[in-house]
Amino acid sequence: MMTQIVFYVFAAVLLLSATMVVSARNPVHSVLFLILAFFNAAGLFLIAGAEFLAMTLVIVYVGAVAVLFLFVVMMLDVNFTQMREGVQRYAPIGGVVGGVLLVELLMAFMHWRSASNIGQIAHLVPSSPERTNTAALGDVIYTHYIFLFQACALVLLVAMIGAIVLTLRERPTGRRQNIDRQHDRTVADSLEMLQVPLGAGVDAQGGFLRPRESYDIAAVPGTYGTEAWRVAEAKDATGTALVIATPAHGTKGEGDE
Amino acid sequence: MNWTLALPEIVLALSGLVILLAGVMQKRGQAFFSCTMMTLFALVVTAALVVLSPDGTGYSHVFINDGFARFMKVLALAGAALSLVLGIGYAREMEIDKFEFPVLVLFSTLGAMIMASSGNLMTLFVGLELSSLSIYILCAFARDQVTAAEAGLKYFVLGSLASGILLYGISLAYGFAGTLDYAGLQQAVRGSAVLPAGLMVGIVFVLVGLCFKLSMVPFHMWTPDVYQGAPTSVTAYMAGAPKIAAFAVLLRVMAGPFGSMAHQWQLLIEVVSAASMVFGALAAIPQGNIKRLMAYSSIGHMGYAMIGLAAGTAEGTRGTLVYLVTYLFMNVGAFAGIVAMRRKGRAVSRISDLAGLGRSDPGMALAMAVFMFSMAGAPPLAGFFGKLMVFYAAINAQLYGLAAIGIISSVIGAYYYIRIVKIMFFDAAAPALDRAPVSVSFVSVGMGLVTVFFIVALGPVATAAQAAAAALFR
Repeated sequence: MMTQIVFYVFAAVLLLSATMVVSARNPVHSVLFLILAFFNAAGLFLIAGAEFLAMTLVIVYVGAVAVLFLFVVMMLDVNFTQMREGVQRYAPIGGVVGGVLLVELLMAFMHWRSASNIGQIAHLVPSSPERTNTAALGDVIYTHYIFLFQACALVLLVAMIGAIVLTLRERPTGRRQNIDRQHDRTVADSLEMLQVPLGAGVDAQGGFLRPRESYDIAAVPGTYGTEAWRVAEAKDATGTALVIATPAHGTKGEGDE
Repeated sequence: MNWTLALPEIVLALSGLVILLAGVMQKRGQAFFSCTMMTLFALVVTAALVVLSPDGTGYSHVFINDGFARFMKVLALAGAALSLVLGIGYAREMEIDKFEFPVLVLFSTLGAMIMASSGNLMTLFVGLELSSLSIYILCAFARDQVTAAEAGLKYFVLGSLASGILLYGISLAYGFAGTLDYAGLQQAVRGSAVLPAGLMVGIVFVLVGLCFKLSMVPFHMWTPDVYQGAPTSVTAYMAGAPKIAAFAVLLRVMAGPFGSMAHQWQLLIEVVSAASMVFGALAAIPQGNIKRLMAYSSIGHMGYAMIGLAAGTAEGTRGTLVYLVTYLFMNVGAFAGIVAMRRKGRAVSRISDLAGLGRSDPGMALAMAVFMFSMAGAPPLAGFFGKLMVFYAAINAQLYGLAAIGIISSVIGAYYYIRIVKIMFFDAAAPALDRAPVSVSFVSVGMGLVTVFFIVALGPVATAAQAAAAALFR
C-alpha cells in the first residue's frame, strides 16, 4: 500500500516535471525541471528494486549531464523564444501526425504476444534473489558481453577522433612557450638598466616594450604575437610587406623587406 | 571463454590504437604516408588471421565465426586496403593527408568485420555504428569543402535516423523472444504457432535500417549527394566494405533467426530489389557527374545482389556472394579511374571530362572500358558471372518476374555504361588529364586483370561462396 502511494507520487511528479521541461519559457527553468524529473525517475527505479540504476541516474545525469546542460544554457546566448516561434503554427499538424502514428502502433501491438516457448529459450543471467543487481549488471557487462563492451569503447574512441579531426585547426592564436629557451633565459635577456633623465617620459626612452627581443625569445616561432606571426598576418591581410609602428629605438624586426 | 575466436578483430583494434599513437608522435605532414602503410600491413595481417581462424561461437554467443563470416571479412578487408591505396596518390591535393584517415578506415573495417561475425542483434548494432560513425567522419574529412561537409552532415543525420529505426525493430524482436541471440530468436520464431503483427513490424524496421545502409530504393536519397561530396577515395571505400558488411548481416539475419518465416518477408525483398534495379538503371541515364552516376550504379548493383536474398536459398546466397566479389573489384577499379581524373592538379568529375581519354591515356581508358563493360554485364568479364548466378538462382526459386526485371534493367543500364566508353574513345578530345600516380595505376591495372580473367578464378570463388552459403543454411 505504502509502496503504491510512493509510486504514484513519484510518477505524477515525474510526468508533471517532464511536461514542464518542454513547456517552460525560461530555459534555465527547463533544466531545473529536468533535474527534478531525473530524481523522480531514480525514485521509481528504487521502488522497482534497481538501486544501482537509481544511483547511476542521480550521479551521472543529475551530477554531470544536467549541470552541463545548465552551463550550456547559461553560457550560450540562444534565443529560445525565437526557436519556439513555429510551435503555434506546427502544433496541429504535428499533433495529427503523432496521433495517427499512435493509433497505428496501437493497432500493431494490440495483440502483442511473446513467443510461446519463451521459457525454453536460454537467457543470459537467470534472475536469483540473492544476487544484488550491481553484481548482475557487472556480470553481464564485464563478463558475458565483454566483447560488446570493448566494441562500444571503440565507438567512443572513433567519436573522439572525429571530433578532433573535424574541429582542430592549427591556428596560431595561442602563444606557446619553448621551454628550453625559457629555461635558458638570463637576466640580460629580459632586463635593461637605463639612466632615465629627470623629466623625460618613458616614450622618449623607447617605451616599455624593451628589450624587444625578450618578448619573443621564449615563444615558439609563428605563434601568436611573435615577429614571424606578425609578418605572416600582415602578408595575409594586405598582400604586402609589413610596417609596424615601432618605438623610437631599441627594437628590431619591422619586417623591412 | 574462447576468446581467440576474435583474434583478427583484436589484432586489428590493437594495431589501430598503435597506429594512432605512431601518427601522433610523428611530425605533421609525414605521418600520413607511414600510417597508411602501417594500416595496409595491419589489414593484410588481419586477413591472414581471418583465413586461419577457427569455426565456433564465443563471448556468450554474441560472436560467430564460420565460413560465411570469413568470406565476408576477407572481402571487406580487401575493399578497405584497395581504397586506401587509391587515397595515397592524391591525399595532399584532396586535403585528406592526415594520419587519422587510415585509422578511421581501419576502425570502419573493424566494424564491418564485427557485423559479419554478429551472433546477436546487439553485436550487429555496435558493429554497424562503429562502421558508420567512421564513415560519417571520413565523408566530411575534407572539411573546408562545402560539398564534403554537406555530404558528412547529410549522411550523419539520415544514418542516425536509420539507426534509430533499426534499434526500434531490434527492441520489438526482443519483446517477442526475450533474447537477442540469433539462435534464441530462431528457436522462438520456429516454436511459435502465431506470430504477432508487432514482430513483423520489428523485422520490417530491421530491414529498413539495413536497406538504408545498402542504399536500396526507397532508402537511397542520400546516396548521390554523399557519393559526390565525399573525397573520391572515401567514396570508393563506402561503395565497398560497408555494403559487404550490411549484406553479411542481412543474409545472416534473414537466413537464420527469421528464416522460417521467409514467405512473410520475401515479397518485401523482391519489391525493394526490383525497385533498386529499375531506379538505378533509369536515374543514372541523365547524370552528368561520374560520381553521381556511380552512386546510381551502386544502387542498381545492390538491387541485383539482393535477388539472391529474395530467392531465399543457399544457391541464391552463393549468387549474392559471387556478385559482391565481382562488384567489389570492378567498383574499386572504376573508382581508380575516377580518382585519376585530374586536370592541372584539380579534380574534375564531369563525364565529358573523360572525352578523348582513349587517345591521351590509352591504358587508363582501356581499364575504364573494361570496368564499364563488366558493370554492364558483358559476357567474358567478371560482372557477367555475378549476374548469371543471381538470375540462375532466381529462376530456380521460381522468381521469374524478378529475373525478367533484372535482365531488362541490366539492358537499360548497359546504355549509360557504354556511353562512357563511347565518350572516352569517340568524342572530340577535351584537354588531356594529368598522368595518374603509380598507386592508382597499380590498382587500376590489378583490378582490370582481375575483371578480365575472373573466369579463371570463378571456380575457386564459387566454391568458397558455396561453402560460405552452406555455413549459413545449416
